[in-house]
Amino acid sequence: MVVAVSAFADEIPLAERRSGYEFMSRETRAMQDDDTANPGLLWVLEGGGLWARKIGAAGRACADCHGDARTSMKGVAARYPAFDATRGRPVNLEQRINVCRTERQQAPALAWESRELLALTAYVARQSRGQSIDIAIDERSRPFLDAGRATWNRRVGQINLACRQCHDDNWGRQLAGNVIPQAHPTGYPVYRLEWQGLGSLERRLRNCLTGIRAEPYDYGAPELVDLELFLMWRARGMLMESPAVRP
Amino acid sequence: MANALVNVPPRARRGEIIEIKTLVSHAMETGYRRSQLGAPIPRDIIRRFVCTYNGTEVFRADLYPAIAANPFFAFSTVAAESGTIEFHWTGDNGFSMTESAAIVVE
Repeated sequence: MVVAVSAFADEIPLAERRSGYEFMSRETRAMQDDDTANPGLLWVLEGGGLWARKIGAAGRACADCHGDARTSMKGVAARYPAFDATRGRPVNLEQRINVCRTERQQAPALAWESRELLALTAYVARQSRGQSIDIAIDERSRPFLDAGRATWNRRVGQINLACRQCHDDNWGRQLAGNVIPQAHPTGYPVYRLEWQGLGSLERRLRNCLTGIRAEPYDYGAPELVDLELFLMWRARGMLMESPAVRP
Repeated sequence: MANALVNVPPRARRGEIIEIKTLVSHAMETGYRRSQLGAPIPRDIIRRFVCTYNGTEVFRADLYPAIAANPFFAFSTVAAESGTIEFHWTGDNGFSMTESAAIVVE
């Protein structure tokens, strides 16, 4: 380990924030930049088909309410997680898709990390590529942002590490063979070469928790969604890359 | 659900060397892994990729278990005449996938 932690380093200044893209090899960047070489686009293609498919007891497709995703979904992923007044808390994009499925389409919710949910999420997120992340924080959502920040700063697991210790204090240094990135969720869902597939931000967060030998939160747990909200807010103004490729 | 992305320039000059890129969705399960219960996971890979240009084979590749999921191929050919370029992937468990693209040669 290379951790030499100062007592409590500050957050990364806005101008010094860098996407994980900038820490990647030339080859992996080329893979992300070319829509024929980026395997994430296979899920986008499939998501486009699902968007138009009528489903559930209501016999409605996403497109029946939302129309052409290229215009109606533009910039949407850049605003999630967003506060949901009915639930009284922020929901992430996957949860929003499942709310639409169960309430409007009257279809069963899609399982976390299922191919269909990833495909729809990737299709929606793709429409925000190049848009800047814009998380609105008001009085209702502030407590959840603070909870996310607290999770970020809290030491957990047998290795007793907080997210902050790697990604704020030691980004750019080496952890085993890899460069520690700043952990900005600009490209989710991402095609991760290690996974040989597409995965959500929650899957990635659970990966990190397992890595520090903490018990990972369940998919959809409030702690994970709050942490997502904090991470997206922390990356505010950065450009969306979905679906990105990561090593 | 299998799907594929192919990238062929829609137009080319006669005699020009064109680059073709293809990406296909496939798990490429090696056959060397075991499930959490210790049972071997059977091999499930794409065995062969063939590209034909107006019926003539211009590129062929055999695939093996060490090849990553969602195989990507980039290769070149000479734009000889207008027509159709077809792509065909075949593999274990009866996997078969066909895609085509039109090209106009001037």
